[in-house]
Amino acid sequence: MLLECNKLCKYYGDKAALNNIDLQLERGKIIGLLGPNGSGKTTLIKILSGILTPSGGEVKISDKNIGIGTKKIVSYLPERTYLSDWMTVQQTLNFFKDFYDDFSMETALDMLQRLDIQTSEKLRTMSKGTREKVQLILVMSRNAELYLLDEPIGGVDPAARDHILKTIISNFNENASVIISTHLISDVENILDDVIFLKYGNIVLHSTVDEIREQNGKSVDALFREVFAC
Amino acid sequence: MPWNFNSNTPIYVQIIEQIKFSVAVGEYKAGDKLLSVRELAAEAEVNPNTMQKALSELERGGLLYTQRTSGRFITNDEAAIKKLREQLAEDQVENFISKMKLLGYSPDEAAELMKKYNRK
Repeated sequence: MLLECNKLCKYYGDKAALNNIDLQLERGKIIGLLGPNGSGKTTLIKILSGILTPSGGEVKISDKNIGIGTKKIVSYLPERTYLSDWMTVQQTLNFFKDFYDDFSMETALDMLQRLDIQTSEKLRTMSKGTREKVQLILVMSRNAELYLLDEPIGGVDPAARDHILKTIISNFNENASVIISTHLISDVENILDDVIFLKYGNIVLHSTVDEIREQNGKSVDALFREVFAC
Repeated sequence: MPWNFNSNTPIYVQIIEQIKFSVAVGEYKAGDKLLSVRELAAEAEVNPNTMQKALSELERGGLLYTQRTSGRFITNDEAAIKKLREQLAEDQVENFISKMKLLGYSPDEAAELMKKYNRK
């Protein structure tokens, strides 16, 4: 098992952001983490990446407790950028190469070239979408075991979205899994194996996309709209 | 090949149907080599696991076969391909007849309309 959560809780004050989450994920899967705003998606991802500490319960990634050992095998794309905008693309590449043993410069350069992004360009002069592409490339160029992508396609146009999804499909290996948190379900639905619906910090559904379509005769997107109808 | 998916049925089922159709219309010929799972998945913009599932199922059905080192191929069995074509044609007829029934036509009347249509 790649990821195991037992009775995982996170409280902000007396408000529960995650409420006794039990979750097991295998390797070799692309998993959609879906839920409305405030359902706990980002909290869960931040706990897995080691940025937040849980209030209770247990998390293991590849049999390790969260810490330095898991940071080596977890590649995290945050919702917001954390790269300094005075940096050139080349400098961010060097930065990643310094930080992570599993970073492949070759993979990154290849992807940048395919997207026609110059390594001499400064992040500051780039559009929001291009910056997002650069960050995703950095994160996907690591040879990690778990990729955590928090809203990876929020700010980019549909064509770039397709390209980003292709990048995700063609870069993960069967030893690794990818968790994608997003609201844009219909855009990612075709590349997902499994989906997890989060609601008020609880997992209300964990199923394969195939099962959802077979049993309900409708898309994950349509089911989501039903489950979370306001 | 161009892929087109609806959102209500499982993707792997739709991949199976689309590959079968491509073989039946001769887009893929007997003995043709397929792209790798990863390449096909990227082309169709689907999960490689989903593509793998569809291809395995087609293999079980005998339409594809794998040669251990060189990849995946369309069957060389021309009779099987002919049978597939007939099967797909039958499905179309069945579909047509059932829709015509809903419109209040008997199978004979539907066939009569077909003939008229052909003469136009």
